[in-house]
Amino acid sequence: MSVMTMAQALNSALDVALSDPRVVVIGEDIGTTGGVFRITDGLAEKHGAERVIDTPVAESGIVGAAFGMAVAGMRPIVEMQFMGFSYPAYDQVISHVARIRNRSRNRFTAPMVIRLPYGAGIGAAEHHSESTEAIYTHIPGLKVVVASTPENAKGLLLAALDDPDPVIYMEPIRLYRAARGEVPGGRYMTPIGSAVVEQGGTDVSLVSYGAMMRETREAAGRLADEGVSAEIIDVRTLVPLDADTIVASVAKTGRAVIIHEAPLTGGYGAEIVAIVQERALYSLRAPVQRVTGWDVVVPLRLAERHYMPSATRIVSAARRTLEG
Amino acid sequence: MNLEPHQVLTPEGVHTGPAAPDVGTVRARYEALVEARLYDRKASALQRQGRLATYAPYEGQEAAQVGAVAPLASRDWLVASYRDAAAMRFHGYPWKNLLLTRMGDERGGHPPEGVKALPPSVTVGGHMIHAVGIAWADKLLGTDAVALTMFGDGATSVGDFHEAMNFAGVYRTPTVFLCQNNGWAISMPRSRQTASETIAQKAVAYGFPGKVVDGNDVLAVEEAVTEAVTRARAGEGPMLIEALTYRIHGHTTADDHGRYRVEEEVEIWRARDPLERVRLWLDGQDAWDDGWQAELEDRASRRIEAAVAEAESLVSFTAGEIFDATYREPTAPLRLQRSRAERASE
Repeated sequence: MSVMTMAQALNSALDVALSDPRVVVIGEDIGTTGGVFRITDGLAEKHGAERVIDTPVAESGIVGAAFGMAVAGMRPIVEMQFMGFSYPAYDQVISHVARIRNRSRNRFTAPMVIRLPYGAGIGAAEHHSESTEAIYTHIPGLKVVVASTPENAKGLLLAALDDPDPVIYMEPIRLYRAARGEVPGGRYMTPIGSAVVEQGGTDVSLVSYGAMMRETREAAGRLADEGVSAEIIDVRTLVPLDADTIVASVAKTGRAVIIHEAPLTGGYGAEIVAIVQERALYSLRAPVQRVTGWDVVVPLRLAERHYMPSATRIVSAARRTLEG
Repeated sequence: MNLEPHQVLTPEGVHTGPAAPDVGTVRARYEALVEARLYDRKASALQRQGRLATYAPYEGQEAAQVGAVAPLASRDWLVASYRDAAAMRFHGYPWKNLLLTRMGDERGGHPPEGVKALPPSVTVGGHMIHAVGIAWADKLLGTDAVALTMFGDGATSVGDFHEAMNFAGVYRTPTVFLCQNNGWAISMPRSRQTASETIAQKAVAYGFPGKVVDGNDVLAVEEAVTEAVTRARAGEGPMLIEALTYRIHGHTTADDHGRYRVEEEVEIWRARDPLERVRLWLDGQDAWDDGWQAELEDRASRRIEAAVAEAESLVSFTAGEIFDATYREPTAPLRLQRSRAERASE
């Protein structure tokens, strides 16, 4: 155990991953310079430039080539510099990576990890603040996980690599250095498909993931000050969703607020709400609330704060469920 | 094809072209180069002070940018990328707008009416095909306008580069492709970007001419683009120009270029400075002195400072305003969200 930032935990996970000779890490500026967020710092030096591969600027090419490597028996870990830069590769992801298993009826598979730094809150340029997980969760054949702590960042990445299917791995940019915590050494896995009750409570379930866990915890603290006992659930895996954990929580509290940074319409929160109404409708004591980004392009630095869901908005939504 | 870079003004300020250039024109280009450099330095300084978000400096590339747009008429389009502020400014896109975007204000992307330039592309390589579509429209609409697109060596690795070049060749659109090969795509040297000896020669495969120019020679760039624009206007189709230049600073203000390249390489390119050779030539014509230099710098600084002041006076953005440009008419759900956002921001 040692205290690490999320960035260091990811670096540690990749270092462990590279002990498997089938693993390569491939992306733009990840070798010599250690990646735009320094997640791969020192790995090319340690494991060689043939295995920590700097590529030309070509996201579609990177994913397409990694797909080929995966089909041929390797375990590539792709780094996209930003989620907003992953769209040129979307055709490769949706048309090939996600489908080769079905197309070949299990003869060929593409076990690979695509790392997507995502989210706003750092005042970056356009395309650098996206939270578009719903375009991946909607695609059959992909698994989608979101890290929220240094500990689960490492554990989920190693689990994603171990998974027999392609995994979209989302990393909250805002937490790379802001999140610090104990991280075990060596290899361990945080199971894919398992949500975690981070804090038990009895009055309302706050369900979130990734960067928004920070605001969610803050909101739970403020609610506690008002005498409201909030249960916090970190979803961690969007696909496959651990519905049981969420349903059990809502069955207990009778109230739920879903929080994500992505826009509202067609967002992943809608999926969670649907499952809650399918399986816990009669436990509900108030309509389920969603606190999300707005249905606009993520604003640049000046107006970013108006876009981001805040603890205040989460507290208000929780209060609405309690008024009901 | 000739792969030797076209040059008319050596780094020592010696003119090697067939006909001596017009002193007045060269003085005008020099003034633009000086203003371009001062803006770039100002923007980097503002970023260090926290007044701009991340900035992509273009020092070393001023000649490629000033020379690229000098042959354009105001009816011609410019489709450039995030490191092309100088080209955009000299095609009429105000410094103020470029600053606003860098301050994190989307209103920077709304240039004055009549300015034929799209907001700078932030993603790499997706915009070149837009200049093909624009030029195609010019052709279909029967105007003689052309479209110039600017991109870097890194962008030529993006799949969209192939599609843009191919469409331009097939439909013979009046598009000018100007690649500023500045040696580096963040940490990736040009030698590892493509196995091709030059970028210009890629044009041959698409059925139109390519040309390599000394990108630090404003007159050479201007000559090459003039040739391309003339061809395009005459209906002879596209052309690719590769301007050899160098990114003196990091990829952006967030990049530490000491991690991947040696200072000696930067020094070699500093000695090929795009401003100094013009100054030397003008001096040789008795068309430059310290007084004029001070006058130029003063004039440029005042323009830039005025743009900074104007941009900073505009910098505020209410919660409601983030909804203003999603659709022409706000939809019912968006109106509801807007009122919630306004309430939340109170």
